Amino acid sequence: MTAAITVRDVRKSYGDLHAVDGVTFEVGHGEFFGILGPNGAGKTTTLEIMEGLREADGGEVTVLGLRPWPRNPALLPRIGVQLQATSFFERLTAREQLRTFADLYRLPPQRTDEMLEVVGLTSVAATRTEKLSGGQAQRLSIACALVHRPDLLFLDEPTGALDPQARRNLWDLLRAIAAEGHTVVLTTHHMDEAETLCQRVAIMDHGKILRIGAPAALVRDLAHPVRISVVSGVLGQDEARAIADGAQVTDDGVSLTITSTEPAPILARLAERDALAGLQVAGASLEDVFLQLTGREYRA
Amino acid sequence: MTTSGTSAPATGGPNWQGFRSLSRAMFLGFVRDRAALFFTILFPVLFLLLFGSIYKSSSTPKVTVVEIGKVSVLDQARAASQGQLNKVLDVTRRASLATALNDVRQGNVDAAVQQQGGQLIVHYSVANPTVAGVVNSVFSGIVQEANQAASPRPPTYRLTTQQVEDKSLKPIQYLTPGLLGWAIASGGAFAAAITLVGWRKNKLLRRLRLAPVGTTSIITARIAVSVAVAIVETFVFIAIATTPYFGLKLTAYWWMAIPVVICGTLAFLSIGLLVGALAKSQEAATALVNLIILPMAFLGGAFIPLAFAPQWIVNVSYVMPLRYLVIGMQNVMARGEGPASALPAMGLLLAFAAVLTLIAVRVFRWDEI
Repeated sequence: MTAAITVRDVRKSYGDLHAVDGVTFEVGHGEFFGILGPNGAGKTTTLEIMEGLREADGGEVTVLGLRPWPRNPALLPRIGVQLQATSFFERLTAREQLRTFADLYRLPPQRTDEMLEVVGLTSVAATRTEKLSGGQAQRLSIACALVHRPDLLFLDEPTGALDPQARRNLWDLLRAIAAEGHTVVLTTHHMDEAETLCQRVAIMDHGKILRIGAPAALVRDLAHPVRISVVSGVLGQDEARAIADGAQVTDDGVSLTITSTEPAPILARLAERDALAGLQVAGASLEDVFLQLTGREYRA
Repeated sequence: MTTSGTSAPATGGPNWQGFRSLSRAMFLGFVRDRAALFFTILFPVLFLLLFGSIYKSSSTPKVTVVEIGKVSVLDQARAASQGQLNKVLDVTRRASLATALNDVRQGNVDAAVQQQGGQLIVHYSVANPTVAGVVNSVFSGIVQEANQAASPRPPTYRLTTQQVEDKSLKPIQYLTPGLLGWAIASGGAFAAAITLVGWRKNKLLRRLRLAPVGTTSIITARIAVSVAVAIVETFVFIAIATTPYFGLKLTAYWWMAIPVVICGTLAFLSIGLLVGALAKSQEAATALVNLIILPMAFLGGAFIPLAFAPQWIVNVSYVMPLRYLVIGMQNVMARGEGPASALPAMGLLLAFAAVLTLIAVRVFRWDEI
């Protein structure tokens, strides 16, 4: 089976700025793929080149076996695109908005209500889009991208300006969409979003891809120390040092924390001593991967 | 939801469903926008009501005259003329000579008359030479008539008058096409410019570019909605202007105004298209359209009828597309000319639209960058 998307050595410059500087990756059919990086890393430009909104200066892009540039009418019905801004017709209700997009793809009108149901907007179907909350507007724009059941869905920072609750709700929706078998490509500058949603992520910075892999694998490769903490007092500091094989032990009066690259035996010993009250295990995250790859702190 | 391909929409052929839905979206967006509705439809109608009422009674103003004491010559002449003289003169009585003269000086009245035996004395000012001339000739006519009546000899010369059918334009006949032309011009230009800039700004244009709908569908939808609005507006204008109060009489081929309106809408949409392609914000687009349409309304015969305009305005008007829209409508609606009289105007408007659209397509951008 060929890949859904193949990107080979793609380049794009604006004047002196190399927005995308030799990017290569593949996205498999049915995969949930993330492009992660800080603002200005070149994620959106890479996405726009795949969508067919921009022409690459060099390199090769194939989407579902077709070339997206110049505007390829054979490809358009097979891809769904949600743009960064919520791009709506002015003064239409949620239902009218979605109906308009359904019509552009020559779909029957009942598809509109079906889709509103899927994204959970039936109750606000008659509300003008200007009056929707940020989360509702974002759901509607995803509905507009999905209404024609595309094989491939592009999402550009879908949770951009949402509050934590709305983000989590949207994540549930995106997981459900991916479970239906759609291939999803998403850009984000939220590490946690990439970690929780994507099967594979490409970490991008300054127009280049630094590393590609499953989030868990990328983190594991770091061999980054793990922080084990329990409630302060369940275990004396000296006893803790004894079971920690020389790992660093601190106690701030609230938590006793052991930082170690070999957490498994320590956890076992803590269990033996029944000292697991308030246990928290914090491993490395993609943020640490980014830090290690670039030598600088991640800033979304 | 199902996966790949099962419902891949049909491709090929014009996307009528897409065209219809875009038209509906634009139409709803327009009728729900109170400000746009006011400025494109209601505002011009208010202008028509206002100017129609102001100019309705202004054919030729009467000469106002004050009688000082009893002026029997004038009173007899008015009685003898069977109301004819009252169409020209508006006579009031005022006791004192001083106040009457003061009124003449102030321009409150055009003349003050007094009779001293066989002498009729007319006081008038030459501030307005035309009125002064009318005052002079009316009163010398009255005096001669009186002398004639007093003399036993029959007059040697007699004056016979014959009325000619009046073909000069009444104010409502140039106000209607003029103001309607302006309304269609600004409505069309604003609609195209604001839609284009707005959709580029909120990235809807990019989204549409990735939908299986061509640029042609987007543009024809815009044209269809604007033409429909312009035609509705035309009927609203005609309905108001033909009420007995305003008294517009439509001539035989008035319906030829509809194709003229369509061509005019196309011409001004093309102006809006060009503005929309150049402007970076809706504010800039609004300012630019105003900058183009407002002077054109004055120089193109919409606000100042070309029949009364100074020669330089008439000369300038030839390069204003609004002139052809106004004249084209006027010829068939008010002047009673044949359907063919609108064709040159229509041709010029279409040619203008074609040239501007070509330029707009060249400078058009999908994106802000």
